[in-house]
Amino acid sequence: MKLDEFFVTGEPLIYGGMVAIVLVTSAIIFILTYFKKWKWLWQEWLTTVDHKKIGIMYILSALAMLFRGGMDALMMRAQLAVPNWNFLNAQHYNEIFTTHGTVMIIFMAMPFLIGLMNIVVPLQIGARDFAFPFVNAISFWSFFFGAMLFNISFVIGGSPDAGWTSYTPLAGAAMSPGPGENFYLLGLQLAGIGTLATGINLMVTILKMRAPGMKMFQMPIFTWSSLITCFIIIFAFPILTIALALLTIDRIFGSQFFTLTGEGLPMMWANLFWMWGHPEVYIVILPAFGIFSEVISTFAHKRLFGYNAMVWSIIIIAGLSFLVWVHHFFTMGAGAFVNSVFSVSTMLIAVPTGVKIFNWLGTLYKSKIEFSTAMLWALAFVPSFVIGGVTGVMLGMASADYQFHNSYFLIAHFHYVLIAGTVFACFAGLTYWYPKMFGLKLNERLGKWAFWFFLIGFHVCFLPQYFIGWDGMPRRIFYIMPEWFTLNFISTIGAFGMGIGFAIFIYNVYYSYRYSPREETGDAWGGRTLEWATPTPVPPYNFATLPEVHQLDAFMEMKEKGETTFEEKKLQPIHMPNNSGKPFIMMLILFFASFALVFEWIPLAAIFLAGGFIMMIIRSFDYDEGYHISVAEIKRLERERRGLDHE
Amino acid sequence: MRVNKKGLTLILVAILCLLSGCEQMAIFDPKGPVAESQRNLIVYSLYFMGGIILVVYVAFTIIVIKYRNHKNRTEESYDGNMHGNNLIETIWTVIPILIVTALAIPTVTTLFDLEKPPEASVENSSKDPLVVYATSADWKWIFSYPEEGIETVNYLHIPTDRPIEFRLSSTGSMAALWIPQLGGQKYNMAGMETILYLQADEPGVYKGMNSNFNGEGFAEQKFKVHAEDPGAFQDWVKDKKANAPKLTQKQYDQLIKPGLTDKQTYSSTHLDWVNHGTHAGMDYEISRFRDLYKESIGLERKTVKESIENEK
Repeated sequence: MKLDEFFVTGEPLIYGGMVAIVLVTSAIIFILTYFKKWKWLWQEWLTTVDHKKIGIMYILSALAMLFRGGMDALMMRAQLAVPNWNFLNAQHYNEIFTTHGTVMIIFMAMPFLIGLMNIVVPLQIGARDFAFPFVNAISFWSFFFGAMLFNISFVIGGSPDAGWTSYTPLAGAAMSPGPGENFYLLGLQLAGIGTLATGINLMVTILKMRAPGMKMFQMPIFTWSSLITCFIIIFAFPILTIALALLTIDRIFGSQFFTLTGEGLPMMWANLFWMWGHPEVYIVILPAFGIFSEVISTFAHKRLFGYNAMVWSIIIIAGLSFLVWVHHFFTMGAGAFVNSVFSVSTMLIAVPTGVKIFNWLGTLYKSKIEFSTAMLWALAFVPSFVIGGVTGVMLGMASADYQFHNSYFLIAHFHYVLIAGTVFACFAGLTYWYPKMFGLKLNERLGKWAFWFFLIGFHVCFLPQYFIGWDGMPRRIFYIMPEWFTLNFISTIGAFGMGIGFAIFIYNVYYSYRYSPREETGDAWGGRTLEWATPTPVPPYNFATLPEVHQLDAFMEMKEKGETTFEEKKLQPIHMPNNSGKPFIMMLILFFASFALVFEWIPLAAIFLAGGFIMMIIRSFDYDEGYHISVAEIKRLERERRGLDHE
Repeated sequence: MRVNKKGLTLILVAILCLLSGCEQMAIFDPKGPVAESQRNLIVYSLYFMGGIILVVYVAFTIIVIKYRNHKNRTEESYDGNMHGNNLIETIWTVIPILIVTALAIPTVTTLFDLEKPPEASVENSSKDPLVVYATSADWKWIFSYPEEGIETVNYLHIPTDRPIEFRLSSTGSMAALWIPQLGGQKYNMAGMETILYLQADEPGVYKGMNSNFNGEGFAEQKFKVHAEDPGAFQDWVKDKKANAPKLTQKQYDQLIKPGLTDKQTYSSTHLDWVNHGTHAGMDYEISRFRDLYKESIGLERKTVKESIENEK
């Protein structure tokens, strides 16, 4: 293989990307060496099994991916701003929209939410850790290396270019030769292992490790949404795993599952993809609903309205999410009856979702609304998401969908639900739990600037796209016709507005780190749930003494009764798991195996895969029992972090 | 909070302004019964959606303004433990169910209607549809008229007031035939045949395209539909039947190679030796040309524009 087949050549933008990667990597290596931080990095982060640190790493990676996916978006919008422009050629444009979609869904939205769940869920249920801390570290590193594998494709080997849905036969070996699609398949596969493991891990954690007395219907709503999300993950991800594996075998070993030759079934890919893919959109929206519920309830200073209805609507939405996948290809010609069934089941999802919207309004009714930045994101979600919701119902009407399918109307719809739902929730959740994570609040003034830029940019960007869609502009074309100029130009301006909003948000992280006062109480916002009962920063064991739960909003009750999670008389040594470098090393080896498989270097891939198995065998002989934190140490940590005097 | 309210008002006004311009947008400007029935359904749904948006926005605005944390709040207006009301929760569950029902009924009836040729909207118009095989090749459109014995590439002539029965298939990658002003789309897939009924009532030239992404030449895979009255259509057919060259299999194989091509016309059809909509025709293109997909066609808007200008 020649070097110019290995590295991507001939694109000035990609050369720029290569230079940037080299510069940033060197800078990181220099800084770590100069400040002698390698040991710290290894001991504190790369080998950690602490769910809070893993959560932080998830969120940092997700923010990096949001930057990458956002840059893709801005390049696309730049290309579409002016009719007949030549900023990107067709091939490059195809690669960019493919990576934009994949990165945003798989490597941004899901990890961001899983990161928040990692940090918050054990705290909310009064648990000391995940059920399987070691597995949790494996999950993170599998996601991380999966994301890295996918991301290097644009400089090494070439990006995938068949769309994030990767429809066969286009994505098969015949029509998309080369490593691009292999990067997609193996990057998702590697990350998918982690997601599935997280789903199982978190589900066991929630079901088995709740604080004494906490009944299922006393769990905070975010925990509920996480639990249901875990169920969706456990049922949906195996489908993706199999589909990806079949297509990988098709491409690399020449089998005929989805091909045109050899009697393959290309549409079977679309079915399998969306049997996972539709539940997937609920994997990224249900936790968002949970976050909004928590934020709205906290800053409205009021109990959540219709808690039971909220929980049941999440469960019903999750159930329905498995029964609607055909609405992604109503135009397949499956016939009027099949389309009717899936049309009605699709529209039915609007009912529990509508119930949730009105319950949020009910929560705001007779409340005392405090317009903090987190609350602004949550409030802006309601009117924005409703537009996405009603257009979703329109798309669900199959006979109308024949006109909407694959048009910008669809693009506008899913960006309205995914950005107003998931992205707003990520910002709201990060701002809301930031004090719990880092011991300081984000600056409110900068936060509001970021919010307004992003919100207005979002509407300016995506509202016009409904109308361009009605005018018959299909998605994924790499240039626009003159008659679509005005709305597209407005849309591009909006996209850059969102970019500015994101930049301010990131600047705010830096600014707050420098100038914000440190949190001292642990209960930064007057919270209602148990995560606010811990001191800040949260000690490794979370709760010195486990709280006794009798009702929803357990921390409100504790505050009323004057209870704390630090009762010195009840202290006992706490058992903790040891850090381990094995998850990192194991996934690094599997990363190399996947990389070799991408280039179809089979012997090398086999060697690395064997290495992965050897790591698993080594782990199975691992009798590490962890260690205990002594009562004296707990006392010292708690007194220090709660600002109490020493004895 | 004033800013937010202003923002919302602005958005609403913008929606209204844009909606008033609906008539010019392609799918709100139907030229045939299929597109018209879909337009009517969409407009019908828009009333409901507008209603829902209005209710939520009004309630949201009032609540957010009224219950903001300002100085002159009375104590009665705050109730931190108020957390349920069975009556109102039942109401806001039942109403969405009613709305979904109201939307589902016309959706389903339209779905069944679309599987049949549209009913004649003009008296004396022909009821039996004109059959056109629309085959997507990477990246061009091949239209075969089996009864007339002609084949066109990248353009289409159809008679007005007569249903067209499109038999959709593809030589290779999946595509979707979409002519927004005549009606919604269906997929073209190799080894399968999907039927799409469309009809034009007004003579004119309409835009048609592939709306399902299928690789590098995707954006250029479009065509014009010339709808003309039946007499003019027959003249066009006769002219092409008499003057256009016959299509040989060798020429056809050149034609379906991955790449772009100009408009072409032939006085015979490729259905004589392959029908891509059947299982037998499934791998026709791939088995011949799979190596060609390795080559990028280097498609830039500039190069396409030049080729169009050269054509003139």
